[in-house]
Amino acid sequence: MSAPSHAPESAEQPEAAAAAAKVPGGRGDADSRSLRQIAWQRLRKDKVAMVSGVIVVLLILAAIFAPLLAKWLGQPPTQFNQDLIEPNTGLPYADPNNTEPVGGLIPEVDNWGGISGDHLLGLEPKTGRDLFSRIVYGAQISLLVAFLSTLLCVALGTLLGIIAGYKGGWVDTVISRAMDIFLAFPLMLFAIALVGVIPNGFIGLEGNGLRIAVIVFIIGFFNWPYIARIVRGQTLSLREREFVEAARSLGASNRHILFKEILPNLITPILVYSTLLIPTNILFEAALSFLGVGINPPTPSWGKMLSEAVAHYSTAPYFIIFPGLAIFVTVLAFNLFGDGLRDAFDPKTSD
Amino acid sequence: MRKRTLGFVALGAAASIFLAACGSGDSGENGGSDAAAAFDAGSTGVVNPSEETGGTLRYAISSDFDSTDPGDTYYGFSWNFTRYYARTLLAFTPAPAEASTELTTDLAAGMPEPNDDFTQWTVKIQEGLKYEDGTEITAQDIKYAIARSNYNGGELPNGPRYFESSLDQEPFNVYESSDPMEEFTAIETPDDYTLVFNLKESFSEFPYVLTQPQTAPVPEEADRGALYKENVLSSGPYKFEGQYEPGVKLDLVRNENWDGATDPIRPALPDEVTVEIGVAQEEIDQRIVNGELDVDLSGVGVGPTMKSQFLQDLESYETNLDNPLSGALRYVNIHTPNLETACRQAIAFAADRDSLHRAWGGDTGGDLATNLLPPTIPGSDPESDLYPSEDNKGDLEAAQDKLDECGESDGFKTVIAVRDGRPNDLATAESLQESLKRVNIELEIKTFPAEDFFAQYAGSQDYVRENNIGLSVSGWIPDWASGYGFGYKITSGDAIQATGNYNTSELDDQEVNALWDEALTTEDPDERAEIYAQIDTLVIEQAAILPVVFDRAMFYRSDELTNVYYTSSYAMYDYMALGVNRG
Repeated sequence: MSAPSHAPESAEQPEAAAAAAKVPGGRGDADSRSLRQIAWQRLRKDKVAMVSGVIVVLLILAAIFAPLLAKWLGQPPTQFNQDLIEPNTGLPYADPNNTEPVGGLIPEVDNWGGISGDHLLGLEPKTGRDLFSRIVYGAQISLLVAFLSTLLCVALGTLLGIIAGYKGGWVDTVISRAMDIFLAFPLMLFAIALVGVIPNGFIGLEGNGLRIAVIVFIIGFFNWPYIARIVRGQTLSLREREFVEAARSLGASNRHILFKEILPNLITPILVYSTLLIPTNILFEAALSFLGVGINPPTPSWGKMLSEAVAHYSTAPYFIIFPGLAIFVTVLAFNLFGDGLRDAFDPKTSD
Repeated sequence: MRKRTLGFVALGAAASIFLAACGSGDSGENGGSDAAAAFDAGSTGVVNPSEETGGTLRYAISSDFDSTDPGDTYYGFSWNFTRYYARTLLAFTPAPAEASTELTTDLAAGMPEPNDDFTQWTVKIQEGLKYEDGTEITAQDIKYAIARSNYNGGELPNGPRYFESSLDQEPFNVYESSDPMEEFTAIETPDDYTLVFNLKESFSEFPYVLTQPQTAPVPEEADRGALYKENVLSSGPYKFEGQYEPGVKLDLVRNENWDGATDPIRPALPDEVTVEIGVAQEEIDQRIVNGELDVDLSGVGVGPTMKSQFLQDLESYETNLDNPLSGALRYVNIHTPNLETACRQAIAFAADRDSLHRAWGGDTGGDLATNLLPPTIPGSDPESDLYPSEDNKGDLEAAQDKLDECGESDGFKTVIAVRDGRPNDLATAESLQESLKRVNIELEIKTFPAEDFFAQYAGSQDYVRENNIGLSVSGWIPDWASGYGFGYKITSGDAIQATGNYNTSELDDQEVNALWDEALTTEDPDERAEIYAQIDTLVIEQAAILPVVFDRAMFYRSDELTNVYYTSSYAMYDYMALGVNRG
């Protein structure tokens, strides 16, 4: 069939083979350790990445076990504790047992937010809801939305990227132009508009289920080109590799080549990129909640907590610090862990 | 509904504020008299009374006028402020607190005279009144002003349409008509100083409508449509210095052709009046405290940041603070189409009103409300309480009985609609959600864009039915301080609309409707007040409205201001009275 056209390439065979050996998980691995083992060893030595990884795991556990934590502390996230709050200022009493006005005016209030053994991070102004419990519950929403939307991004991006890279020609052109269009989309504005107009009961969902679905869809559906571009680029180079040629010459179907030959080599960059995409999506969800188009109250969400805190910044700064810190730590941990992962898998870094 | 509170209070929604309990008790006694600077003194008396003229009175506002054109404005502060350069037929009495809700004359030579069934009103204006250019003000100019502000095909969109809805007039458009004065037959001008208003139906409270800025005269040849707001032809003590610059500034200087002897409501003390537009709320509050500004034009009180600062250092600020009622009722609609009467009453019994009151900022945020009409309105009985409970924590047994009665012994689920960006509205919904849980009534909170809340969501009959909206958090401020001015649009069956529905609970009660009709043919204000009291009781009995608080605003009263007092008719300081003394 097309043997002659292969002749020039075979001249480069030794080099290509060497390159193939470096492809993560690629065939022809010469080292006795797999690349994954090497990466794991490198990652373990990377203290920053490990600490971040532990924080990520703790966050995920906290989110999963939020109801248990809240129960253990006896503080459901929506329970009002107005008896602990001085109503005029909306701030916690300095001493809830002594609510006598100071100097005939109002009782003394606690500018540090009523932090106590019962309320580890203090109380929300006005309602007196437990901040620790709300932040832990907030992690549920943030992480759930971030993971689901990242999953959607990755699924769409990988599929379209791999097809574009492998098929080339007009398919590539169409998909690449689609990527350009999607990347140019004013995503935030679109999200705000869409959340407002989608009616309850749409695709059988309502309330927060619907909100989450819409947000996940928006983030996932409009951020796939980032992953698709990386996958496409990798695929472009992989499809010329010898092992792909070999599979093809053995008569393997396109599907086999795409998913059994090329895809395994893409797992690492996808994994690394997903880890870096998660914090971006956490921020996006927080921004939407901040703007009032996120999750419905009273379900706690970090972005919502931040926007409510703005009104109290001068008198109750703790209220802005804790949710802010939650977002900051989560995003930083995911980013640093993602960086560590990338370094660990990078064939160019030496041990 | 004047847009004042609904537009702004919510923004500074912690515009809930302060010390009613300590303050009002003392100052209540010297009501109406001159008061020394003390906490809340300006709410009930005149602080720093003075006749001294001169100086520049400096206003600032964080947003802007909807329009400076008297024929095109619906903000409460704007109705108060436009009086500087736009005299109206009637006016509110220049006096502190409730005394201000009495009507008096401005351009008019005497109070309007009705015919037997209140369908025709005749009013005469003073002779010899002049505009800033020296030409004489005539009845025809007032007729034209009313025409342009009510029949303009959307050219001047902001103002209310009380004249359009009450006058016996075929629809027309001033700006398309070849002879608008000829076509506008509902108002007759038999001579240059007499106006005769012909109404469709009896309207005993029509004189209140004549206080609105739409009755300020505009000569037909001076009208520039939507551009008229740039430089309004003044009939009052001040005129525009240069143009009004939207988003930037408005400056006023003395109008030499105004004659104080003809004007019972404007002492016109300052020589100049300036307005800085688009200054951040925090900056305005701080500069007023620093003495760099005099008054926050928006008239809704200080923002939440400054309020907290005041509260935490009361001893330093106490004597400069006023904490009057804002005139608004904050309440929750209980929608009649989705919930039966007994179910609605169950909600009224189960609600933890103490929690709601705390969520609104306690005593300084407002007075716990158990009835419909605000205390400033004749006929209001704030002591009445049809759903009493110990410490206002809710009566769960009575609530359960009502649930049994409506066949929902195990509780039910419904949705409560809330406007976005209004922390106090949201806290109201969250508090209700918690307290109704106690009788297994589950509320799902949904937030909606504030600007479309009544047009598309809670105020849309279809949306309410399709989405099982059982409750919605709302607020209301009267267009004028009477039971009709406050309650008609939110409780009359005749006021129900398919969209933009402010009778949001869709209460359509025969008895209530009949009482509204009766009020409009009753001449004696005291008799009308009695009718309004009956309506109040019926509405609460029907549990169509769950009152939350009569809210209070917190004002900082600068020491350099003279003649300062709070007027209930605009629910802010009386801007016409203010002067400055920089001494």
